[in-house]
Amino acid sequence: MPHKEQPDFQDLLARGQEGDRRAIGRMISRVEASGVADHVMMQQLWAHIGRARVVGITGPPGAGKSTMTDRMVKYWRKKDYRVGVIAVDPSSPFTGGAILGDRVRMNDLALDTGVYIRSMSTRGQLGGLSLACSGAVSVLDACGYDPILIETVGVGQSEVAVMNVADLVLVVSVPGLGDDIQAIKAGILEIGDVFAVNKADLPGADRTARELHIMLSMNPELSADLPPILMLSAEQNKGVEELCESVEERFSLMQNSQELIMRRNRRLEKELMAYIQNRLYKQVLSPALANDSFESNVEAFRTNKRNPYTWAENILKQIQIEGSTP
Amino acid sequence: MADKKIRILIAKPGLDGHDRGAKVIARTLRDAGYEVIYTGLRQSPEQIVAAAISEDVDAIGISVLSGAHGYLFPRIIELLKEQNATDILLFGGGIIPDDDIPALKEAGVAEIFTPGAPLADITNFLSSRYAS
Repeated sequence: MPHKEQPDFQDLLARGQEGDRRAIGRMISRVEASGVADHVMMQQLWAHIGRARVVGITGPPGAGKSTMTDRMVKYWRKKDYRVGVIAVDPSSPFTGGAILGDRVRMNDLALDTGVYIRSMSTRGQLGGLSLACSGAVSVLDACGYDPILIETVGVGQSEVAVMNVADLVLVVSVPGLGDDIQAIKAGILEIGDVFAVNKADLPGADRTARELHIMLSMNPELSADLPPILMLSAEQNKGVEELCESVEERFSLMQNSQELIMRRNRRLEKELMAYIQNRLYKQVLSPALANDSFESNVEAFRTNKRNPYTWAENILKQIQIEGSTP
Repeated sequence: MADKKIRILIAKPGLDGHDRGAKVIARTLRDAGYEVIYTGLRQSPEQIVAAAISEDVDAIGISVLSGAHGYLFPRIIELLKEQNATDILLFGGGIIPDDDIPALKEAGVAEIFTPGAPLADITNFLSSRYAS
């Protein structure tokens, strides 16, 4: 079995900050292995983060998110930014395996040392991202990447986890998804800061843009400041520049209005809560369940020999949450 | 640190444009529970190694049908050595004459699968390397 040496995190961070992509890869693997960045990692990363602009790119499968990501990276590379990319694809609910294919559209970025691309699987998470995503963003931020683009899995209507990790969300739509843009109308339509209609060379693109506009105009909270809707063809590299400029403009607006600070505060709160939950589960609940698991009782529940809710209360008692009446 | 997933990069170096085999392997490995980073056609050895390093993979699998295996495999090994990344395993498959296999293994290729090799051979090979 091949052996990987385990340098300590501080070492890796120092190397990563010098642009060593292997060290960055290792740090992100460590974050992934423990689910979220643990306190040892985060205590070291903390002093170095908060500089990167984090852009989430989300939309239905096949909308062209990877191609757009590739073109947007090239735009910022021309301006000499070091760009980080986290591209998420789904994991199998049955085997836990995954095919991460976003790099196929980004191959000519592989040799650019100013770009770091990491493919991640959702590892069972349902919100369009993986649990480790925010930790991976912290690693890239600490290593000086700015902007950082997060490409979500192809989403349906309600996968909005990206809003808890990104500063700004770009929602991608394409023509032909249905009369009322069914695929994006509910959940994810509400989290977009910038909208893109990709494949705008196809028939129906104008209508898709118009329908997006109508839907956004109906939200009274947005009336003063409607999110921009841009038409582009990422494949043909048309309209990408305008899209990136629009993203940059939104960032300056958010900076000036304190919106960015508010969002980052909210993000930090979510992150800390997730961190606490993760630790509680691992260190408190998991051991209690290991002694008296659901699986070993399921037959007794089914045959009425044991009441499942009495069992649940016993577990809570063991971890000293007694007499809990929610 | 319990949840270490084995990550494998599947790539198709060189100029032949036939990636059906690589896709079948990618799918098979997915079903065996691996995380497969699929990078697609016409990759240079430099691109493959750069991607493998960024992605922190445990292994690289390449498919070569063009007859250029005598260059592509050793070149990838050489680049891995340059990057101090020889812990990344290289395996592959394709149209590779039996007579050429010893030299490739000598160069550091972990295993070669030729046409007709059962998919289970590949998953068995990997699971023996990465038994949990």
